[in-house]
Amino acid sequence: MSFTILNTIIMLSLLGMVAAVILYVIAQRFKVIEDPRIDIVADTLPGANCGGCGFAGCRSLAEALVKADSLEGLLCPPGGSETMAKIAVILDRQPAAVEPKVAVVRCNGTPENCARITNYDGAINCRVAHSLYRGTTACQYGCLGCGDCVTACKFDAMVMDPVTKLPVIFDDKCVACGACVKACPRNIIELRKKSRKDRKIYVSCVNRDKGGPAKKACNVACIGCGKCVKVCAYDAITVTDNLAFIDSSKCKMCRKCVAECPTGAIIELNFPVREQTEASRLEPDVKE
Amino acid sequence: MFKSFPKGGIHPPENKMTAGNPIEVLPVPSAVTIPLAQHIGAPAVAIVAKGDEVKTGQLIATAKGFVSANIHSPVSGKVVKIDTTIDTTGYKQPAVFIEVSGDEWVDTIDRSQVIEKEIKLDREAIINKCMECGIVGLGGATFPTHVKMGIPAGKKCDLLIINGVECEPYLTSDHRLMLENGEEILTGVSIIMKALGVEKAIVGIEANKPDAIKSLSDLTSGFKGISIQPLKVKYPQGGEKQLIKACCNREVPSGKLPLDVNVVVQNVGTAYAVYEAVQKNKPLFERVVTVTGKHLPKPGNMKVRIGTPVSALIEAAGGMPDDTGKIVNGGPMMGKALADLDVPVTKGTSGIILFPSEESKRSEVTPCIRCGKCVTACAMGLEPWYLSAASEREMFDKTEAAKITDCMECGSCSFVCPANRPLLDYIRLGKSTVMRMIRERNTK
Amino acid sequence: MSNILNVSPSPHQHSDDSTRKLMLGVIIALAPSLAASIYFFGTGAIIITLTSVISCVAFEYLIQKFLMKQKPSISDGSAIVTGLLLAFNVPSGLPVYILILGALFAIGIAKMSFGGLGNNPFNPAIVGRIFLLISFPVQMTTWPKPTGFHPVTADAVTGATPLGIINEGLRNGETISQLMDKVPSNLHMFFGYMGGSMGEISALAIIIGGIYLLWKRIISWHIPVSILVSMFIFTGILWLIRPEQFTDPVFQLLTGGVLLGAVFMATDYVTSPMSHKGMIIYGIGIGVMTVLIRNWGAFPEGVSFAILTMNAFTPLINMFIKPSRFGKEVKNG
Repeated sequence: MSFTILNTIIMLSLLGMVAAVILYVIAQRFKVIEDPRIDIVADTLPGANCGGCGFAGCRSLAEALVKADSLEGLLCPPGGSETMAKIAVILDRQPAAVEPKVAVVRCNGTPENCARITNYDGAINCRVAHSLYRGTTACQYGCLGCGDCVTACKFDAMVMDPVTKLPVIFDDKCVACGACVKACPRNIIELRKKSRKDRKIYVSCVNRDKGGPAKKACNVACIGCGKCVKVCAYDAITVTDNLAFIDSSKCKMCRKCVAECPTGAIIELNFPVREQTEASRLEPDVKE
Repeated sequence: MFKSFPKGGIHPPENKMTAGNPIEVLPVPSAVTIPLAQHIGAPAVAIVAKGDEVKTGQLIATAKGFVSANIHSPVSGKVVKIDTTIDTTGYKQPAVFIEVSGDEWVDTIDRSQVIEKEIKLDREAIINKCMECGIVGLGGATFPTHVKMGIPAGKKCDLLIINGVECEPYLTSDHRLMLENGEEILTGVSIIMKALGVEKAIVGIEANKPDAIKSLSDLTSGFKGISIQPLKVKYPQGGEKQLIKACCNREVPSGKLPLDVNVVVQNVGTAYAVYEAVQKNKPLFERVVTVTGKHLPKPGNMKVRIGTPVSALIEAAGGMPDDTGKIVNGGPMMGKALADLDVPVTKGTSGIILFPSEESKRSEVTPCIRCGKCVTACAMGLEPWYLSAASEREMFDKTEAAKITDCMECGSCSFVCPANRPLLDYIRLGKSTVMRMIRERNTK
Repeated sequence: MSNILNVSPSPHQHSDDSTRKLMLGVIIALAPSLAASIYFFGTGAIIITLTSVISCVAFEYLIQKFLMKQKPSISDGSAIVTGLLLAFNVPSGLPVYILILGALFAIGIAKMSFGGLGNNPFNPAIVGRIFLLISFPVQMTTWPKPTGFHPVTADAVTGATPLGIINEGLRNGETISQLMDKVPSNLHMFFGYMGGSMGEISALAIIIGGIYLLWKRIISWHIPVSILVSMFIFTGILWLIRPEQFTDPVFQLLTGGVLLGAVFMATDYVTSPMSHKGMIIYGIGIGVMTVLIRNWGAFPEGVSFAILTMNAFTPLINMFIKPSRFGKEVKNG
């Protein structure tokens, strides 16, 4: 009996030792030497693997950050300047300036503004609808309303509004990773510079048709009239292909263009309510 | 026993209500819109300007590049403008707008009813004639015919297959054409045979058209090398690869063309157009369109000038029923739903189908129960459930490995799915993405 | 224009099939077996069937409504099918509370916890049955005699299944020829005069249901035929080698849950492979494994274990056994 026990112990010990040697040899043979800072940087990153940085995931960005000579051009959009500053400390490099951004939906084609002339009955997927046809409205540029951007958002910062049939972005949750921008087959979503109190002025339209057809398709379409360009004192507005665009880095939030736009395509958000006098409307908001 | 393709296939209800209606000529409309992209390949370039007077059959746009086709004026009148119009998909396309006055034809066109059987032109001249006359495949793909006729160096062709299957439900335009213009079609087939330099041609016709099979079989005695092959009624019997397999038991390898098994396939409508171009010098500016629908008062097969608005066709068929829920350009399995009735008939329009509203909505999508019916139905031996799910989740590299590019988008999988899943919608998305990925890889 | 046009990608037609219609077809196909079990087991069969179906449907509804917070989808009929199959897999004298427990396990654990219809890796009815068989071995193997509505004398209330008799007998050293006298004749077994689970006894009723399923194209022939043929061949070989130890193939096919399993349980869409080649491999696997368990395993019956095991292989089969693609292997004449 004791012999059996002894045998077992010896056999198992031998087996264990052989296995240990094999494992040790293999571990040495295939050892991967990795910069330990990659792990630290990866831990600092948000870990959502959103792909907003342009890399496959947080770890890939961490590797690139550690390898790179300067932090210029490498950015974790969700983490923002705070995270990048931390990483700069870890890697002992100069932090690159980060401009906080936020996504905006440049379409206001609610059923009220933009009549639905057909009913889409295919798979609920913007890219399927986009490759099939113009969409349920007469506007071939506007939002299809299937919510690919909402599906793409990893930060719960978007929902589809059941009434307007348009996506809504929650500014406090949006980290400007750009996933929605990539998901939208019609390039409606744009990342714009974030300004104080989430104030926004932007052209909420991407229709590049001439004025007539654009206006016919949608009440709030940009008709490319160029009135906003004339009124803008900061050269922030340009019109290309019948579509106005406000450069968020030049815009000073004076709100003159909003009042000037004949179709109401320019939208202002999160501003205090204006006094409804003509004078105050035309006066630039000097405090901004 | 009728021949058929080996794998998969479905039996949708045929609904060929217009099979007994002779082709009627639709009057020339008062204005036409001619899109410049009516064929696969580069859009044609307009050579007329605003204010120009044109005659019926006059060249108004020339082919741009090799794979492209000429476009001729289908009417006589004045060019109003060259602008954009919306095509079947609702997207904007460049087009020529012509206001009709009278119907004066270009005088080179032989308008006599005499059937010209003797082929006077030689090979080169035939191909040139098809190119000049803007002939494209009329089965739906609208591939320029002259490109198909010119066999590239190193390839050879020993068999021509003519597609008279018309496996799409509802459509009967090819059927009527075979019944009424059998001799012209067979002459057209002989012309294509001469252009390709082949001795043998097979006309494949589904067994649900016994009258067409009989009348063409009776006519074949006057033509050398042409035989009629009745085929089993099964969708997609008219798929190019399926038809080749059924007619001559050659299997086109994955990712290859029919020419790789020494076969060229043409549609019966194309054969007729080739006949008209080569023997009568008539460019392609009109075609037969089936206008049908269960509640349409006067469905029928109409010979229509290209550019006629779809609404005019529906008007001629008795007007749109109030309960119309969907209008499809083409067959019910592969056609495109129209968003607008003002879109013009193009070279590829084989039918206009009006679905009553109760048949126009898809049913509620329920979870996949893995019944495997899509796998059984797929004529290409693919796994639609897998391709669809992977495309939906954007795993495009996996769909590529599973040969999503073999899919011919026949719609059999979506048709049979008991859970009403939009299988083909996602497969089409995956296929186009994979095609783009492959193109990008190749250009790198 | 008075109405708004619908626009969708092609195809613009759909077959008449829907999940509900398919499930309804299965329920219709199960009707002959239900009739047979009521004929043989009387009121017990009715009580068991009703309890099982009602509890399966109720559990699915409650779980979807309150736990998963989705729109309940009991109207697709899959819970009814599970309920019927679970009832058919238990003895007609099973206490009702045990059956309800089985239904809860089948629906709650085997089906809904994986995400509901279409996502369950194992056939819920079989999981429920095996759960009961292992948890309540005595109740699950107490087989009332098939006497129908006729009252019976107390000592003849229960009996063993033919497979049970053979298994028990072989272990006690009896030979097959002796044991064959104790079991019903093949003809009797074909119609259902034998002990066993409610739905599995009448081969005739199951075959009628199977023909209906094949005729309506609800199932394809591949799974049932490959199971039955592989079992017939395997047991036939064993029988030819050692006729004194192994029973003949016809006896093997008619007893136990082979037919019920082959026609109704193994063909469950969700848990069986999707390509025809895969189906045949799956069927052969079930057939071979059933014979192995019956002859060398601890239990007299092995169909449900075999199906459960092959269910586990289904994703693997789906991954590796692909349908033969058009244009893959080129044979040009």
